[in-house]
Amino acid sequence: MPKITMNINGRDMSAEVENRTLLATMLREKLHLKGTHVGCDTSQCGACVVHVNGKAVKSCTIFASELDGATVDTIEGQANTDGSLNVIQQAFQDHHGLQCGFCTPGMVMSAAALLKDNPKPSEAEVREYLEGNICRCTGYQGIVNAIMAASGQDVPSVAAE
Amino acid sequence: MPDGGIGAPTKRREDTRFLTGRGKYTDDITPQNTSYCAFARSQVANGKINSIDTSQATKMPGVLAAFTGEDFVEVGSNPAGWLINSRDGEPMKEPKRPVLAHGKVRHVGDAYAAVVAETLEQAMDAVEAIEADIDELDAVVDMASAVADPGTLVHDEIETNICFDWGWIEDNRAATDEAIKNAPHVTTLELVNNRLVPNALEPRASIGEYDPGTGDYKLTTTSQNPHLSRLLVSAFVLGIPENKLTVLAPDVGGGFGSKIYHYGEEALVLAAAKKLGRPVKWTATRTESFLSDAHGRDHVTKIELACEKDGSFIAFRTETLANVGAYLSNFSTATPTFLHGTLMAGNYTVPNVYVNVKAVFTNTAPVDAYRGAGRPEATFSLERVIDKCARELGIDPVEIRRKNFIKKDQYPFATAAGLEYDSGDYDALMDGLEKVADFAGFEARRAASAKEGKLRGLGINSYVEACGIAPSNLVGILGARVGLYDAATVRVNPTGNISVMVGAHSHGQGHETAFPQIVADMLGVDAQTVDIVHGDTSKIPFGMGTYGSRSLAVCGSAVFRATEKVIRKATLIAAHMLEDSPENIEFSDGVFAIKGTNKTVGFGDVALKAYIPHDYPIDAIEPGLEETAFYDPANFTYPSGAYASEVEVDPETGKVTVCSMVALDDFGVVVNPMIVTGQVEGGLAQGIGQALLENGVYDENGQLLSGSFMDYAMPRADDLPSFVVDHSNETRCTHNPIGSKGCGEAGAIGSPPTIVNAVVDALARGGHDVDHIDMPVSPSRVWAAMNP
Ligand code: FES
Ligand code: FES
Repeated sequence: MPKITMNINGRDMSAEVENRTLLATMLREKLHLKGTHVGCDTSQCGACVVHVNGKAVKSCTIFASELDGATVDTIEGQANTDGSLNVIQQAFQDHHGLQCGFCTPGMVMSAAALLKDNPKPSEAEVREYLEGNICRCTGYQGIVNAIMAASGQDVPSVAAE
Repeated sequence: MPDGGIGAPTKRREDTRFLTGRGKYTDDITPQNTSYCAFARSQVANGKINSIDTSQATKMPGVLAAFTGEDFVEVGSNPAGWLINSRDGEPMKEPKRPVLAHGKVRHVGDAYAAVVAETLEQAMDAVEAIEADIDELDAVVDMASAVADPGTLVHDEIETNICFDWGWIEDNRAATDEAIKNAPHVTTLELVNNRLVPNALEPRASIGEYDPGTGDYKLTTTSQNPHLSRLLVSAFVLGIPENKLTVLAPDVGGGFGSKIYHYGEEALVLAAAKKLGRPVKWTATRTESFLSDAHGRDHVTKIELACEKDGSFIAFRTETLANVGAYLSNFSTATPTFLHGTLMAGNYTVPNVYVNVKAVFTNTAPVDAYRGAGRPEATFSLERVIDKCARELGIDPVEIRRKNFIKKDQYPFATAAGLEYDSGDYDALMDGLEKVADFAGFEARRAASAKEGKLRGLGINSYVEACGIAPSNLVGILGARVGLYDAATVRVNPTGNISVMVGAHSHGQGHETAFPQIVADMLGVDAQTVDIVHGDTSKIPFGMGTYGSRSLAVCGSAVFRATEKVIRKATLIAAHMLEDSPENIEFSDGVFAIKGTNKTVGFGDVALKAYIPHDYPIDAIEPGLEETAFYDPANFTYPSGAYASEVEVDPETGKVTVCSMVALDDFGVVVNPMIVTGQVEGGLAQGIGQALLENGVYDENGQLLSGSFMDYAMPRADDLPSFVVDHSNETRCTHNPIGSKGCGEAGAIGSPPTIVNAVVDALARGGHDVDHIDMPVSPSRVWAAMNP
């Protein structure tokens, strides 16, 4: 089995993988990064979104063996260096953008990619961008509000300070 | 009250781990030496198993064991939790539900064999090598033909496809028939409540472990109620004594009903773990979830509404065929009956109600409770036929509802469907709705839509539902095989922080945040010093888990009662410390005081004294400060609401766009309004999904056509509008100590009829004479309705 090395959340990590091993599987099963979730087998749900070389990618759609030398960012690397929640994560908490938490890693990673390309999206743009991420719990309202708030736009707050 | 008590929109503490990738879901757990399990599932809907040969599979690399139905013929059946009697008094037909199919496979996805191997890939490869000789038989798919022509049977041994033929209330049947016969006006509507696939985003998963040294079993599983799984595995299926089986439900990624039940995979991983002496893990693919999770709804109903010419209701009569699928899932018999028929008086003073439900076996996945469970079906039937009736009589839809509402001074109100509603104020909700949804501005918005070539409609709905199903002694008479209480232990630790062990289980509802708010409120301590323990049968008292919007109303009440007991005992200790009698001690904001004096002792000092009882009347007061309460509610709770939606229909394509969705709910006392808002929003999305997008469809051979996220349309962010959610209209629940009613299912109950009413309204305003469109109200259906 080939040995693959990637820079994941700022650290070089290696694993031996079969050719058919998906990036999601390598992250979860070989590297024990369980924050990336798998919610489907048809590349439809987005629970598995990570960033590969700075772009949002569904990690269930890409073979690990093709990513030797790539830079990968996952939910585990998103918090601030002191461990506190980053702006997007904090906005999700403040705006009740999660319930069961299963879609959440993919949502946060998608949100980060969106805001990188489009720092002040409209609500319609946020909703459209999230087309590839399913949340069965929240009805998306809290998620959309969180992303708007994380981009510095005024959104009514639901949580106590 | 300190910050963070009842009523505070406290941020959720569980969010931190979920937002940083540190949640711990079942599939995230891999005990040392884990082996992996994969299932062979039927590709045909109905088939006779001639033989299943696993000999090649067991020779494959890494394979440790293979199992077939033969291995489980001696074990018990996974039972239905509620015995329903038919109208003639005969008990329902209850076929065996085995761990693995034996003799016959009965739906596509029915598991007939399993392989355990060193790796998941090896297990999946080996499943391909199993040789199954299965003769495909005709499938029973359509309910009407399953009933009319029982030539093909799902279960040969029960000689019918009808599980039961239930009447509610049978004694009211003749009077209802008579009232309808003599009524000045009768509106009739035939409708389908479409089959839904719950699709919690986390697929089901289970890990079985066995310790040969102690004989202890452990099941880690995606469950909404771990004690139910333990009870069913222990007492019914595998016979493992409860004290030798721990069931753990760690973080669970949504449930919506589908994870209430015990499934065969759980028993299989336990049996395999025993046989192999190693942990055995199985995680469903999404495809397996579609094929094997219990589905929801799937009713075909004829409803009649009899009324006076002025719209005063005289009677509701319904006949429903309810699909239960191929096997009886644990709550499948209660859902179309006591969670549906009892609600068929709705919010109304109607004097006659009669409900007939025939539950029908088909060669499809089992159907059971899904968010709302029976109540969405009731509300949809009622609120659709009421709208149709209003249209026929030329009465405003708001007016016809108001005319028949139970008025706020009529509570407690005994309905014609056998329930006693304790509180509510439906007119106040409707008043609020008219303002919040700006009915007055509708005409202008309609005109603006018309300028764009769109037909705009306004749909409304009122609902009442029943949560926290209870009390145990009544449901026992009605056929429930379990009690419906819940339990909590409040353990005050020596230094004053608190652990609360609860029978409810959170899989998105935020119990870790909301339950401490109750305790903190009562004890006058900071909520951050209170922690919840749930999901581990070895730690928590026997409770019934989370479903049916019951957690706060039932388990929260147990937390309340246990906390009261803590206060009572702490008062005795405080009296001793203050050298006065307990009657003279009062407690508020975390401080015990002798009434009318400034002699006080804090809650923390009392806790410490309880555990270090050096100077303590041991003969009068036991050491320690820990209390348990089991709470069995006196009645259901009855949340209610009034919803409005505006939709635009594109006459060119039939596409429906939801422009607004306004939900006003009365949940009684709200503990955490932020969480409640989120619960409603999630329910609205599922309800709008049912109304416009979602459809579980089998073809005539029993193949699931909508078996993936490509074919089953889940609501996405851009399918939904921003919601307006308001739960400020509180009428207290009169019989539980918190006064809360439950909020988890409301959105999914109230929204589907609102949307369909709005679409029909839009078409009517556009000059189309359309009575009804079945859900999902897809562009093709709308277009066909407009172009008959
Ligand atoms: S798991 Fe990757 S899209 Fe669903
Ligand atoms: S929070 Fe549960 S799926 Fe999104």
